Amino acid sequence: MTFINYASREINCKIVYYGPGLCGKTTNIQWIYEQANPEKKGKLVSLATETDRTLFFDFLPLDMGTVKGFKVRFHLYTVPGQVFYDASRKLILRGCDGIIFVADSQRARMEANIESIANLATNLKENGFDIRSIPYVLQLNKRDMPSAAPVTEMERLLRFRGEPMIEAVANQGTGVIETLKAAARQILMELQRS
Amino acid sequence: MAKLDLIMFEEEYKLLQEIIGRLAKDASAKVVFLVDKNGQQIAAAGDVKSIDATSLASLTAGNVAATDGLAKLIGEKEFSLLFHEGEKDNLHISIVGKRGILVVIFDQNSSLALVRLRVKKASKELQEIFDQVEQRAQKESDTGSRFESPFSEITDEDIDRLFGD
Repeated sequence: MTFINYASREINCKIVYYGPGLCGKTTNIQWIYEQANPEKKGKLVSLATETDRTLFFDFLPLDMGTVKGFKVRFHLYTVPGQVFYDASRKLILRGCDGIIFVADSQRARMEANIESIANLATNLKENGFDIRSIPYVLQLNKRDMPSAAPVTEMERLLRFRGEPMIEAVANQGTGVIETLKAAARQILMELQRS
Repeated sequence: MAKLDLIMFEEEYKLLQEIIGRLAKDASAKVVFLVDKNGQQIAAAGDVKSIDATSLASLTAGNVAATDGLAKLIGEKEFSLLFHEGEKDNLHISIVGKRGILVVIFDQNSSLALVRLRVKKASKELQEIFDQVEQRAQKESDTGSRFESPFSEITDEDIDRLFGD
């Protein structure tokens, strides 16, 4: 649910990074935070456990510049990936404008990826969204891992609607901005249609 | 889109701003924020510069969402009021209608009783404006007579420019 403020000429969009535990959602956001122009980024809020596992969410506001005279601001959120935090994941999806699904390329995590997409579909539905129509990007993360599954295999297992699919190594920044951009494009195009 | 977008026009924004400005004064509060349940700041009044408003909005929404979840777990519809007491400053959080959250930050210059009293009155007024916004959006969605969106002519180049390409 985009928030368009005509008084301050601002438009705010909420993008949620989703995916199984330890797939690199927080790493994506951290990389964006480190690279972003200090004037454009807000504070990175991380609600994490003592061992740096996301407990509730990470949050990063980003000022992107202007489109048609409106200041565009993205609010990036991650969900906690661990299975037992499902109640929190559901809450964070509330009012989102787009999803970035971060898949872990390691073969051993393929089942966790599939389960997480199914979980996403359920939680989106409970928030009144349809996984087949909401702006959605698939990121194949950790492509540098020796045990990474081939892209074609991951595509067959995880890609279900011809969504943009981007290969990434988030801890080195590879593919991180491309992924965000693909999501931004879909969300802004959606605004154009609505 | 699954849900109606929240679109705020100048006149509605001015009214909201006026109400929370008055609330900040009447309740002797330091700052008053009006936040959307999805974590976006709608309006603010008082000593706004002293606080990171964007983080506050997002964390408040997270807090309210988690408390909502707790309410449902024990069979309540919602907890309409949260209060956090600090050594110096206190946080009074209340729900306004279906989509608004009102955050009042106050210190020893005010009291919980006064804040509660003033919030109650302001909430009613805010609720009326939210209702108007919603009714307008619903009407436009039903009749398809939406105002001309400034984004109807957005291009690929516009998007590239956002990313500095």
